[in-house]
Amino acid sequence: CRQALRSAAGPEVDFARAEREYQLYVGVLRGKLGLQVLELPADESLPDCVFVEDVAVVCEETALLTRPGAPSRRKEVEAMKKVLESLNLNIVEMVDENATLDGGDVLFTGREFFVGLSRRTNQRGAEILADTFKDYAVSTVPVHDALHLKSFCSMAGPNLIAIGSSEAAQKALKTMQQMSDHRYDKLTVPDDAAANCVYLNIPNKGHVLLHRAPEEYPESAKVFEKLKDHMLIPIANTELEKVDGALTCCSVLINKTSEL
Amino acid sequence: MTTEVGSETEVKKDSEQLGPDKAKDKPEEASETPVNQKSRETSSEEAQDSSSVPAPTSQSSPGSQKKEKASPESKGISRFLPPWLKKQKSYTLAEPKDETKKRTTGEEQVVEESEGQTSEGVAQPKKSLEEAAAENQHNVKANDKEEKHSVSSAETQPAKDGKETEVEKVAEEKEEKQEEKEKRETKEVQTVEIKTEIIPQKSPKKSKTVQCKVMLLDGTEYSCDLEKRAKGQVLFDKVCEHLNLLEKDYFGLVFYENSEQKNWLDSSKEIKRQIRSLPWIFTFNVKFYPPDPSQLTEDITRYFLCLQLRQDIASGRLPCSFVTHALLGSYTLQAELGDHDPEEHRSDYISEFQFAPNQTQEMEEKVAELHKTHRGLTPAQADSQFLENAKRLSMYGVDLHHAKDSEGVDIMLGVCANGLLIYKDRLRINRFAWPKILKISYKRSNFYIKVRPAELEQFESTIGFKLPNHRAAKRLWKVCVEHHTFFRLVSPEQPPKAKFLTLGSKFRYSGRTQAQTRQASNLIDRPAPYFERTSSKRVSRSLDGAPTGISDQSLLRGLPTTGGQAAGDKILDIEAAGQAKLKEGGEEEDGSPVKTPQLELTQDGKRHASRTEGPCTGVSDADKSSHETLDIVEEKKQAEVGIEETLVVDETNKGKMQVATDAGEACKVEHLSKKDSSSLPSDSSSSSSSSESEDEEVGEYQPHHRAIEEVIREEQEEEEDVKRKEHEEKIQHVEATAEGSKLSVPVEHTQVTTEDLVQENAVTIATEEKNLSEEIKQDLGEEKEEEQLRLNGDVSHVDIDVAPQIICCSEPPVVKTEMVTISDATQRTEISTKEVPIVQTETKTITYESPQFDGSAAGNAGVLLSAQTITSESISTTTTTHITKMVKGGVSETRIEKRIVITGDADIDHDEALAQAIKEAKEQHPDMSVTRVVVHKETELAEEDEE
Repeated sequence: CRQALRSAAGPEVDFARAEREYQLYVGVLRGKLGLQVLELPADESLPDCVFVEDVAVVCEETALLTRPGAPSRRKEVEAMKKVLESLNLNIVEMVDENATLDGGDVLFTGREFFVGLSRRTNQRGAEILADTFKDYAVSTVPVHDALHLKSFCSMAGPNLIAIGSSEAAQKALKTMQQMSDHRYDKLTVPDDAAANCVYLNIPNKGHVLLHRAPEEYPESAKVFEKLKDHMLIPIANTELEKVDGALTCCSVLINKTSEL
Repeated sequence: MTTEVGSETEVKKDSEQLGPDKAKDKPEEASETPVNQKSRETSSEEAQDSSSVPAPTSQSSPGSQKKEKASPESKGISRFLPPWLKKQKSYTLAEPKDETKKRTTGEEQVVEESEGQTSEGVAQPKKSLEEAAAENQHNVKANDKEEKHSVSSAETQPAKDGKETEVEKVAEEKEEKQEEKEKRETKEVQTVEIKTEIIPQKSPKKSKTVQCKVMLLDGTEYSCDLEKRAKGQVLFDKVCEHLNLLEKDYFGLVFYENSEQKNWLDSSKEIKRQIRSLPWIFTFNVKFYPPDPSQLTEDITRYFLCLQLRQDIASGRLPCSFVTHALLGSYTLQAELGDHDPEEHRSDYISEFQFAPNQTQEMEEKVAELHKTHRGLTPAQADSQFLENAKRLSMYGVDLHHAKDSEGVDIMLGVCANGLLIYKDRLRINRFAWPKILKISYKRSNFYIKVRPAELEQFESTIGFKLPNHRAAKRLWKVCVEHHTFFRLVSPEQPPKAKFLTLGSKFRYSGRTQAQTRQASNLIDRPAPYFERTSSKRVSRSLDGAPTGISDQSLLRGLPTTGGQAAGDKILDIEAAGQAKLKEGGEEEDGSPVKTPQLELTQDGKRHASRTEGPCTGVSDADKSSHETLDIVEEKKQAEVGIEETLVVDETNKGKMQVATDAGEACKVEHLSKKDSSSLPSDSSSSSSSSESEDEEVGEYQPHHRAIEEVIREEQEEEEDVKRKEHEEKIQHVEATAEGSKLSVPVEHTQVTTEDLVQENAVTIATEEKNLSEEIKQDLGEEKEEEQLRLNGDVSHVDIDVAPQIICCSEPPVVKTEMVTISDATQRTEISTKEVPIVQTETKTITYESPQFDGSAAGNAGVLLSAQTITSESISTTTTTHITKMVKGGVSETRIEKRIVITGDADIDHDEALAQAIKEAKEQHPDMSVTRVVVHKETELAEEDEE
């Protein structure tokens, strides 16, 4: 599914290396962490289908199938829908043609949602997300100079937001801090891209954090390495990063046991 | 009777905690200063108002004392007033004695209820609902009548008991002491209070009870009979007692107007002033949703919170997901039905419950499924689990208000424990935590928040929202004030004091804060009360044994109140009280009401007014140091209900006087000064975190300023000019009147700059009181000084300072009062501009020419030309005109002082009424200029204090 990756101007993607990185990513989740990983079939007609995060937002028992901001990606939702249905999740589809939402713009902190208003996500999309997850506050965060809200931030712990150092990232963080009734800890890393990490709380393994490898972002890796309560797993993502891919983009975490 | 009275007084004292101190202070001051003149004036005024009315003062004294004790000002006034009232009472007594005696028991009960709120359901059969209804409809008019009736009844009681008179005397003496200094101001306030107080008492006698229905959270209905004049607290306490609820500070009573607008019943105000339509139907609701329900002390409290949340959820006000609906529903079943019983709980047992706005079969199945998992949970545990899940909902405890942003986009403003949330549709688009908010204000239908500057920003920003109407804006503002106070402050702020800066509504949250209620609930020492979790039915209780003395007092109070125009009466009473103080016991006992009124009239009406006003302002500035200050606050509170506006039109042959041609200009000037002052407080607040909360409150006051600034910037400039002119004029006047005064003025200015002018003014009023004023200055000095310094740029402040000083030098303390009034005047102007949306604030502004009067005071002859009372359905206006001609140094001066009392509910557009009054005054005397506008706004909040 990484053949015709849509990309901005930049270096060519080494597909073989991208494949290896992806396999490592899956291998860590499935093998090292013992998670059940459901892989969607690759669809060569959908060059961005590897970034499954953008097409679904899953929280507890409810899954919202998004309407991606890029028209070329709308069909990615169908494959995701089939898988989620198989999980008996309560599925909500975003049918409003005026709404767009990329999962990459959705930051769920465990207490609330932040939705980045970006080129890919609009107000209406955020509203539908708010209607879908009524228990939670949904705050909007303007995103500039980045593809997605999570292009420069992510959750690195139950109450910890990893945030990049760029002006756009810091501005977004301030907005989030102002909008929230809750005070989050923040983990500031020098590189925006490194701020996108995958946090998992796995029984018997505790806090697990997949972060970018020291080879890629040595300074940021040092920051992560200061997290003492976390099981740290460096993962390289050099190739997908060339097409705006981040660590979180490649998976949708679902807290549910599949019966399949 | 005496014994009863004593008990009542005690009760009042308790309630009045703040009041007594003030009262004590005041008495001392009062003794020092001669109040004879005041008493005379007041007596004359009262007499003019209505022969029937005067009696109330005497009666009111006992009752008023009690009440007044609660609110020092009011107490003092009542005490002073009593002599006249007593006389009148005696008259009335002779006639109605029998009836009154019979009624007394009932009345007593009523009184107790009102005061102690203990007597619940003692619905006095005599009272007819119809009467009550009529009263409600014609509040003002009815009040007059009622007052008379009550007076008569009160009188009758006293007649029965010789002791009563004694008690009254004692009370009077006390009052006199207090009054002496504050007499004028306090009197006004007191009279107002008295009236209110009296009215409730009267209602019982004449069967003026109103049936209240309260919809409880469990769906049952609680009904009871209340005196028509009862305050919200009475009903609320009854309901809480009925519910056996101790942690009641989280709850409140709601009434709906237009079936849509949800209003919280202000427990400090009379119910009938808040709810217009006759069927008094309330709903008992959670007002402050505790962020952590587990910290509630009692299960019963949590139970009621659960009931409220179930309502919120079922109605859709509290949105939640399918899963949460099911989970919360399952806890509800566990709490109300206990463990799932397959035998008893068939498939459809759930359908009786409503868990969600759109309840589906699927959801019910899910609820039942989850219910089975809760086996073993006690009802209390199930409730706790329910709350633990419900409190996490994002809209938990968020009070939503429809609004539009500055671009006209529909948004929702959500008030919660942490601050103000801005929603567009379901999305949170902004949030302002309480610490971020410097001021909250509303003007007309606009709601403003002034926000602390962001990290890299230097200037605070004001954000405006458009509410559907003025009422909605005020409602939102009040909710904000209450939530901020409840959740953010350790103890409620004192109601806004009469600082010149304060404008608009003086509304403050008067209940306990969350911190206080937690503290109090820690002291709850009772076995967990048993309560039925399904609908529980209880019968309203009736309390008996209200002390007759109390009833008598109430009656007495009622008599004074007979003046339907409470505000006007109040003013008159105050002055009278002051005079009475001078005369003291002897006259009071004799109760030659006529004399006192005459004295008042003869005396300088202006002086009295000025004095009263001045002290008030001074009081407001100073916290407790001066009783007056306290009084002022109360007056302000009362102002919400009825606004006393005093227009003083001074016409001076001299060109100097002409300076302030338009009251409006003066108003503008005042506004400017206010603005300045407002800015100062905000700054100070921002500096310190602790001050932040205060600042926020200040901000509330300031909001007016803001509005003024924004809307009236241009006007402000004009106003400033006007103010300068006025100041100049004032100065000129002083010079013309007395050379010595001129000399003194400059010196004073220097002094003033250092200290707070306003405060000084207050001090100056009573030489004896100076100590107090000094104290006040010390207390307030720092803040005021800052303000003054800032204000120094404004001419108005300087002028004010000068004027007081002048007065001191050339004249007796009276002059000083004038000074004070001047400071007030600035505030008034704001009011007049109508920019102050919150009309409720009690601000007194007076522009003074005091030096002239002082010089001529000895030779001045005051003639009361006319007293007019115009009563309309919603507004009662009383106009008292004093025309004084004076000759000083070859210059003849004609002063026309008009006192216009506008009595009405908070809904009245006071600004408009004031503007109209000013306009009329101008029209009537085209050749004269309006030099002073004193606005007294009295709010019912004071009443709460009293009780």
